[in-house]
Amino acid sequence: MSSNTVSAHPFIPNTPSERDEMLSTIGVDGFEGLITDIPEEHRNSPLDLPGAASELEVATRMQALSALNQDAGSCPSFLGAGAYRHFIPSTVGAVLQRGEFVTSYTPYQPEAAQGVLQSGFEFQSAVAQIFDMDVANAGMYDGPTAFAEAGLMAARISRRNRILILDTADKRLVDVAEAYTRYQQVEVEQISIESVLNGEIPEDAACIAFQSPNFLGRIEDVQGITDAAHAAGALSVMHTYPIALGMFKPPGAFGVDIATAEGQPLGVPLTFGGAYVGLFTANQRFIRQLPGRIIGKTTDTLGRTGYTLTLQTREQHIRRERATSNICTSTQLIGLMVAVYCATMGPSGLRQVAELSYHKAHYLADAIDALPNWEVVGSDGSTFFNEFPVQCPISPAEVNRRLAERGIIGGLDISDVVPRGMLFCATEMNSRAEADRLVASLNDMCNGTAA
Amino acid sequence: MPNSSVADMPDRSLLMDRSVPGRKAINLPAPDVPLSVMPDEELLRGGDDLRLPEVSQLDVIRYFTLLSRLNFSIDTNFYPLGSCTMKYNPKLNDQMASLGGFANIHPLQDDDGVQGALEVMYELQQWLGESTGLPGAGLAPLAGAQGEYAGLLIARAALDQRGESHRNVALVPDSAHGTNPASAAMAGLSVVTVKTDASGNVDVEDLREKANEKTCVFMLTIPSTLGLFEPNILEINRIIHDAGGLVYADGANLNALLGLVKLGDLGVDICHSNLHKTFSTPHGGGGPGAGPVMVTEALASYLPEPVVTKNEDGDFRLGRPEHSIGKINGFHGSFSILVRAYTYMQSLGGDGLRAVSENAIINANYVQARLQERFDLAVDRICMHETVLSGKRQADRGVPALSIAKRLLDYGIHAPTMYFPLIVPEALMVEPTETESKETLDRFVAVMQAIDDEIDSDPDSVNHAPHTLPNTRLDEATAARRPVLRWKPVDQ
Amino acid sequence: MYPDDLKYSSEHEWARVGNGDVAEVGITHYAQETLGDVVFVELPELGSRVDQFDKFGEIESVKAVSDLFSPVTGTVTAVNEELEQSPELVNSDPYGDGWIMEVKLDDPSELDELMDSESYQGTLE
Repeated sequence: MSSNTVSAHPFIPNTPSERDEMLSTIGVDGFEGLITDIPEEHRNSPLDLPGAASELEVATRMQALSALNQDAGSCPSFLGAGAYRHFIPSTVGAVLQRGEFVTSYTPYQPEAAQGVLQSGFEFQSAVAQIFDMDVANAGMYDGPTAFAEAGLMAARISRRNRILILDTADKRLVDVAEAYTRYQQVEVEQISIESVLNGEIPEDAACIAFQSPNFLGRIEDVQGITDAAHAAGALSVMHTYPIALGMFKPPGAFGVDIATAEGQPLGVPLTFGGAYVGLFTANQRFIRQLPGRIIGKTTDTLGRTGYTLTLQTREQHIRRERATSNICTSTQLIGLMVAVYCATMGPSGLRQVAELSYHKAHYLADAIDALPNWEVVGSDGSTFFNEFPVQCPISPAEVNRRLAERGIIGGLDISDVVPRGMLFCATEMNSRAEADRLVASLNDMCNGTAA
Repeated sequence: MPNSSVADMPDRSLLMDRSVPGRKAINLPAPDVPLSVMPDEELLRGGDDLRLPEVSQLDVIRYFTLLSRLNFSIDTNFYPLGSCTMKYNPKLNDQMASLGGFANIHPLQDDDGVQGALEVMYELQQWLGESTGLPGAGLAPLAGAQGEYAGLLIARAALDQRGESHRNVALVPDSAHGTNPASAAMAGLSVVTVKTDASGNVDVEDLREKANEKTCVFMLTIPSTLGLFEPNILEINRIIHDAGGLVYADGANLNALLGLVKLGDLGVDICHSNLHKTFSTPHGGGGPGAGPVMVTEALASYLPEPVVTKNEDGDFRLGRPEHSIGKINGFHGSFSILVRAYTYMQSLGGDGLRAVSENAIINANYVQARLQERFDLAVDRICMHETVLSGKRQADRGVPALSIAKRLLDYGIHAPTMYFPLIVPEALMVEPTETESKETLDRFVAVMQAIDDEIDSDPDSVNHAPHTLPNTRLDEATAARRPVLRWKPVDQ
Repeated sequence: MYPDDLKYSSEHEWARVGNGDVAEVGITHYAQETLGDVVFVELPELGSRVDQFDKFGEIESVKAVSDLFSPVTGTVTAVNEELEQSPELVNSDPYGDGWIMEVKLDDPSELDELMDSESYQGTLE
């Protein structure tokens, strides 16, 4: 094999003559002299991959692949269920253009990372304010993993080993919690709201963990659940939807101990489910049990304010197998998007987004419920935010197929939870005209006769 | 050093301290639907208890732009941070990830509406499988640590299936990153540490003694955190397999192996790869990452959900493998990062990926060769993609590795990784990466030599570095003793 | 640096028995210096039981965490709550204001298992 496999590539500056010069400084005859530790019989096994492509060629192929997708930015969409299409102000994209943020590393050298650290402190501040909780960490992978880690944290604090999840929570939350606890002598079980409110909580319950708004969009009795959990010596762990907190009482107002959320709705595009950021907040007295990174404010040797990673002894790089989690990221860049979003929206903007979503969803629910054969399920006076289940006259899969033909992305098929059920979502992005078009399409689809 | 005057100091006050009631950075449309009845008052948030900044749009932009300038980054600085692979992050990657057909698709859309996205994932699975020689690839893990956890869950599930759930020990070399034992603990495994010998290799005799009927996995970082390729890897893998365990390779440093050797060929059963290292996706100041997990054909049915398959019609489908360890996160992985990695792999192609590894190794050895006169090496032998120096000689002259690292910042070079691996005293771990030119490396060597000179001429100045950054050294003790973790109004 | 009236353990804790069967416990000068800036001390609960040479808590510096091992067996009768606000007292005054807990001894004779100042210092060389 020649030592000049590829002569020049835009990402690799060494020229053939420089390589030769460097190899001679190192004191080997050729590159092969550097890899003699690799067993000879397996060395230089070629990669069966296409050859290098130019920037133009790669962009052309990727644009073609992108165009194969039904883009929720160019057609109406009524999907939610954990990932939401909300308005993203121009400031978010503008800040995200800063390579100084995008291409920096974890701020282990705080003097050289004040931008990452101070913006992360802004993130923690905004999240703590929105949740009305004492502290927020610098970010988790995503909402479900934050929720799972909250359950584990509750188990550490309470020294009990049963995580009880209210059965109205998204099944994804339960699945991930189960995967996170599988070998940790911690059980994940589901419990009904009746059992919780009647105080039928087992003695070894570490926490009552619940989602509000729940999977079907409804607001839970947060105070009732929290009081019942505390009466049983368990913690109250709430998973929420941060946009809803623009109008609904936050977890801190109910005495919730740990609150988590998917951060994506706060300024992050859908991007097929990731990368997102998990929001993680808690009561002050639990700070030494938090998973993940935390940024703190301090001073430098000249007395000036500065920021640094803190409480690091909780983390894997110090405590190793006894760490509070194995996580070594804060999903900082997505957290930055959230920080810029919150700074841009401010208190009135966040409230408006919440209220717009609420009104649009209620308009849509009323219109669908008024159709013959289509029924909003469980509209028994309980409050919902911006998602609601509908019982369809035909199979939800068929509904979505027919909507797709009309260029509409329908709701989520939840026939495993509600018979012929579909979960619809509306946000400030859905115009009245879009909602009317969806309703007309649903009406056309069945012509008043149940199929 | 000249004293900086107040006029030089940017105003770094927090957004809430810049907030003026009534100011705003965005307008939203008025409702175009009739207003519904609002929920019960007692469910609603009070009028003024949501305290977020009230600032103008220019305030937002100017503030975050200011903050960006208080940062080192690959785009602005040489960043030889060992084990972190701070290589150039091609701009095309970011541009492709922001295409509407990728950025605006919902994870729960029907498969038919997202065929382009699924094709990206399918191809990336194939290419990562080819690159590692481990053909089963799962893209779900959201970071290296999650890939590692997924790998351990796979190992446990496969052994459970074999009726060997009593195997509850993870063997971990003493040079390992802290994540290895932390992940092992999460997977319910007890950690038994394996020694490193004087040449920096796994102590094979120690391993032989410790591998037994309790062994679930051996967690091998390859190349090791000392930047070395384990020459006894075939024997090591045999020992583990003979004991009935599985070999898990921490592929954090896969950037040294592309086209040179495939982990699967060496007998590795499971590995993960940090796409934000080897495959050039941005670090973002600490995430998001992506940590796909790759396994042998035999273990493919245990991969986390979802895996993309291609059916006879050529359609792509998200699916759950038969014995899947299940869902380890909300949706399908860090898709925006997967798009970037796939873009990168296309840009390089097979030969280009090999050139990546070749040049990463040449650059590291070049730096090692040029610095070894002034700095001790943790192990004096050819390295792979990174070299571990020891600042012992400098520490004896009164300047610890920490101060050398801090002083580098004054020269506009990011510090190497310090005090890791733990088994090397005064460790300075240097990883130049293949995207840096010889001129940059020569300047780095010159700066390291200059600092070494300063240790004799002005050690005090080195010990108080940095002098030219937005902050001098920070009081981390007070930060941890009395934590201030968020903005608070003065009255609280 | 290593007062003569104290008893020392090989894990770098000290015990001071004043009158009767109550011992004050803390960490030694050597331990605090090795740890560096102490940022947190996990105190045992009042009334809890501690066993000689067994773990009773943790002590943290900025980038390290160590277990605390009790030099004596007995019941915790007092803890130094000052350390919650000012863990740095362990650095500045390890044998005084930086004490950690007070233990009512089950069996004062087990103090013989500990070292005097001179032998403890011998182990540090």
